[in-house]
Amino acid sequence: MTTPAIVPNFGAEDSGRKLAIICSKGNLDMAYPGLILGNAALGEGIETHLFFTFWGFDMIIKSRMNDLQFSPAGNTAMHLPGTNAHIPQAVMPVPGMTAMATKMLKKQLDDLNIPEVPDFLEQIVAAGGHLWACRLSADMNKVEESDLRDDVEGIISASDFIELTEGAQLLFI
Amino acid sequence: MPTIEIAGKQVSVNDEGFLTVYDEWSEEIAKILAAQIEIELTPRHWEVIHFLREDYKKEGESSTSRHTQTAGGFPIKEQFALFPKKPAKKMTYIAGLPKPKGCV
Repeated sequence: MTTPAIVPNFGAEDSGRKLAIICSKGNLDMAYPGLILGNAALGEGIETHLFFTFWGFDMIIKSRMNDLQFSPAGNTAMHLPGTNAHIPQAVMPVPGMTAMATKMLKKQLDDLNIPEVPDFLEQIVAAGGHLWACRLSADMNKVEESDLRDDVEGIISASDFIELTEGAQLLFI
Repeated sequence: MPTIEIAGKQVSVNDEGFLTVYDEWSEEIAKILAAQIEIELTPRHWEVIHFLREDYKKEGESSTSRHTQTAGGFPIKEQFALFPKKPAKKMTYIAGLPKPKGCV
């Protein structure tokens, strides 16, 4: 057998690198950064934990996870598609704007073959990712384990989370 | 672009060692590439590899893990079992394709 002179470095069997992502937002646009980065980390063989807290809880509550919304209100980076023109903030609170913006964002994501949030979380779990829910948020929302996705591994306290993520790189979103 | 010898043939690779010319790939070469990264090819591995080769011809770019699941029918979980730790990169490497560009 001839040995190729150049072999890609796919890393050591276990680099020990670990990533923890705190998902604290429940707006559709802010759900994605954590999902995309978590998924990418898993694809690189990195142990990945997603911790859902506050508004981020909507991503894992079964009755809400299919219905995240995107509002352009307060977002001054909204432009008319394909231009640099700002959309005036004054038009953002118009009735129906959130529904329309949500629909547009979902279409843009779908065009790029980015899965919807529940489907994306399923992919992350299939890739070996771990999902955790925040105890305080659960109590505040009056939510129990049965209200959450079945693949959420547990409702844990802040100190549990700190213990769990020892040595991890941390992202707060 | 370096040229290296695999299975008695000269093939072009990039700096990382991924093949750069679609038609320079062969099953013989795939076996050696797989062995280099400690993967023993089973019939299921070959199914994935042949899907990736066909899909690349159609799409003009390498399939991501997501696309390999949705278009190829190979569940993500199985991809991780077949090509541990870094399935998207490992499977495209063995299939003689560029590593995927897509984020998801």
